[in-house]
Amino acid sequence: MSGLAILIPVALLMGLCGLVFFFWAMRNDQFEDLDGAAQRVLIDEQDEPS
Amino acid sequence: MNAIAPISNGQSQSIVSRFAVPAIRCAGCISKIENGLSGVPGIISSRVNFSTKQVAITHLPELDDDQLRRKIETLGFEAQILADNPLAEEKGSTDKLIRALAVAGFGMMNIMLLSVSVWSGAAGVTRDLFHWLSALIAIPVIAYSGRPFFASAAMALRYGRTNMDVPISIGILLATGLSIYETATGGAHAYFDGAVMLLFFLLAGRVLDGMMRDRAREGIGALLKQTAPGAMIVENDGNTRWVAAKELQPDMRMMVAAGGNLAADGMIETGSSSFDCSLMTGESEPQPKGKGDMVLAGTLNLSSPVIVRVTAIGEDTSVSDIARLMDEAGQRRSFYVRVADRAARYYAPAVHSLALLAFAYWMFAGAGWHQSLLIAVAVLIITCPCALGLAVPAAQVVASGALLRKGVMVKDGSALERLAEVDYALFDKTGTLTLGRPTPVNLDDLSLTQKQVTLALAQASRHPISKGIRSGLLALDIEPAALDDIQEVPGKGMTAHWNGVKVMLGKPEKSEDHLSSQLTVGSENVVLQLQDEIRPDAPEAIARLQAFGLPASIISGDNIRSVSLVSGALDIPAQAGASPQDKVEAITRLTDSGHKVLMVGDGLNDGPALAAAHVSIAPGSASDVGQQAADAVFTSESLLPVALSVKVARRTMQIVHQNFALAIGYNIFAVPLALTGMVTPLIAAIAMSLSSLIVVGNALRLNGAAN
Repeated sequence: MSGLAILIPVALLMGLCGLVFFFWAMRNDQFEDLDGAAQRVLIDEQDEPS
Repeated sequence: MNAIAPISNGQSQSIVSRFAVPAIRCAGCISKIENGLSGVPGIISSRVNFSTKQVAITHLPELDDDQLRRKIETLGFEAQILADNPLAEEKGSTDKLIRALAVAGFGMMNIMLLSVSVWSGAAGVTRDLFHWLSALIAIPVIAYSGRPFFASAAMALRYGRTNMDVPISIGILLATGLSIYETATGGAHAYFDGAVMLLFFLLAGRVLDGMMRDRAREGIGALLKQTAPGAMIVENDGNTRWVAAKELQPDMRMMVAAGGNLAADGMIETGSSSFDCSLMTGESEPQPKGKGDMVLAGTLNLSSPVIVRVTAIGEDTSVSDIARLMDEAGQRRSFYVRVADRAARYYAPAVHSLALLAFAYWMFAGAGWHQSLLIAVAVLIITCPCALGLAVPAAQVVASGALLRKGVMVKDGSALERLAEVDYALFDKTGTLTLGRPTPVNLDDLSLTQKQVTLALAQASRHPISKGIRSGLLALDIEPAALDDIQEVPGKGMTAHWNGVKVMLGKPEKSEDHLSSQLTVGSENVVLQLQDEIRPDAPEAIARLQAFGLPASIISGDNIRSVSLVSGALDIPAQAGASPQDKVEAITRLTDSGHKVLMVGDGLNDGPALAAAHVSIAPGSASDVGQQAADAVFTSESLLPVALSVKVARRTMQIVHQNFALAIGYNIFAVPLALTGMVTPLIAAIAMSLSSLIVVGNALRLNGAAN
C-alpha cells in the first residue's frame, strides 16, 4: 500500500508533465509544419553565406 | 489582407505577407528561399512552411506585395500572394479538439492503470480507493474533453433534433453518473475507463476529420481581393486624390495607370488601352478598349493610363457577381450530407430506442432499476460509433496523405467521397489542359541582334505573349539591346528606336493565328509563332479517365480557334467562348441529366464552375480564386494526378465501405451481448478499442493506393 502511495502520484505526475509539454508545444506552433521540420534537418547552415 | 503588427523596437511597423509557392519540394528549396530573402533590405524575416507550401515574410511596409512576389520569382520560384485564411477560426477549433484529445488520452491511460488493478482482483479498500482516484481523474477530464460533444448535443436538442452526439453525451453522462454512484456506495464496478476511452476514440475521429477540413480554404474573400484596394480619383478641378475602394461613388472619375488593377466597374472616358480580362472571361488575349467601352473591376490595365468613370462599385461589380455565384454554388453543394452524418440520422434514434427497450425489458423482467440502467448504459456505450466515427476520417486522412506525396492536395475529406462518384469530366483549356504560358517555337529564325532587340521590347510589356517571348529568350542567355523611346500602342504592340532604326514588336499585319507576334527592324519583318503547350501526359490522363468511365470535354472562355486546336489534339468535344455563367449552366445541365461532374479549371472565371461542380480540381498555377474554390489542387505540370485522384478516391470509398461493414459487424456481435447483460467493463473496453484499431488498420492500407 505504501508503494502505491508513491507510485500512483508519480505516474500521475509524469502523465501530467507530458500533457503540459504537449500543450506548450502546441501553443508554440511546433506542429505547424511537420514535413518542413523533417526537411530542415538536411539544411547545412554552414554552407550558406548570409 | 495583411496583418499589421508593431515591432517591439517601436520604430516602425512590420507587415506579414503570405505567399503560396507550390514549387517548394525539398530542403534545398527551403534554404534557398529563406536565405535568399534574408539579405533583402526591408525584409525582417521569412519562414517557409513546407507542409502547406507557403512562405510567410515579415517585412517593412515600404515593400509591397508585388515587389516581394518578384523577389521570390528571382529566386526561381513562382509565387502568389495569399489572403489571410478566412477559415482561421476553424483551425482554432481543431486545436481545441487536439487539446481535448490530449487530455482524454492522459485520463484514459491513468484510469486504465487503476482499472487493470481492479480487474486483476483488487478488492475492498484498495478497490474503493482506486475507484475514487479514477473518479478524481475522470470527472475533470470528461468535463474538459467532452465539451465538443456536449455542446453539439445541446445545440441539436435545443432545435428539437438529434445527432450522433446526443447518444454519445447521454451515454457518457449516464456512465459517469452511475460510476460515481457505484463508487460512493462501494460497488464492484465503475465505468470511468469506458467513458473516457469512448471520448478518446471519438475525439481521435473528430481530430482526423478536422485536419481534413483545415485544408479547406474558402475563396470568396480571395476573389474580391482581385480588385484594387482603391483608386486615384480625378476631381473636377484637376486635382487627384486616393480613395479607398469602399468609399468610391458612381460617377467619380478614376485614373488607372498602366499595370494597375481596376477597383470598380466603369466606362472609359479618356484614353485607350488594352486590358487583361482573362480573369473575368477566360479569353487569354488582351482586349483593346477605348473611349466609351466598359471595363470591369479586377481586370488589369496593360498598356497606357486611362480615365474611367465609375458606374458600379462594391457589391454591384461583376467580380462581386462571380463571388455571389460561387457562394450560391458552394451552398448548393453543402446540402450534400456527409456519409457519417447520413448514418447518424438513422443511427442515433436506433441506439436510443435500443437502450430504452433494454431498460424497459429488464425493469419488466424484475432486474431492478440499478441493474436495468447499467445494461442500458452498456448498450449506449457498446454501440458507440467509435469505429463508425473513425471509419470515414481515418480512411480520408490516409488517402489524402498518399495523394499529397504525389502532388495532389485534397482540401476536404468529403471531396474524396464526391470524387469517387463522378462520371463526367469538364476541362477548362488555358492553364488547365495547356500550361497557360505561350512559348515561342521559332526563335531560331531570329539573328542574334534581332533576339536582343526582341528581348528589350518584350521586357517592357506585360502582355502574356511578351512574357512568353521574354522567358524563351532569357532561357537562351540573351542580353537585351539598348533601346530608346519605348512605347506601347494598345492593341498593336511595342515600338522603340534602336541605333536610330525604328523597331517594333507586335501584332502581325496578316494575322492568321492570334498566338503570333511580328518583329520589325527597319524594313525586315520576322513573324514569331507561339504555342501554348498542352500539359504533358494530358492525352494519357484523359484516356485513363475514360477508362474509369468518365467522358471528358472542354469548356473554355477562349475563342473557338485556339480551343479547337486543343480539342483536336486530344480528340474530345469542346465548347468555346463560354462565360462564367455559361460554365455553371453547362454543369447544371449535366447535373440535371443525372451526371456527377468533375470540373478541372484554373481561372477566376472558372471559380463559380469549380464551386458548382460536384467536385473540382485546380492546377497549382491556378489563380487564388481557382485554388480556393477547388476541392483539390495538383502541383505538377503533368495532368496525370487528376486521373490518379479519381482512382485513389474510389479506392478510399471501398475502404470506407469495408470500415462501415466492420463497424456494423462489430455492433451486431456486441449489442446482443450488451442487451443480455453479459458485458463486463473489461469486455466492453477490449471490444471497443479492437474495433477502432481494426478500422484504422484497414484505412492504413490506402497508403499504397496512390502508387
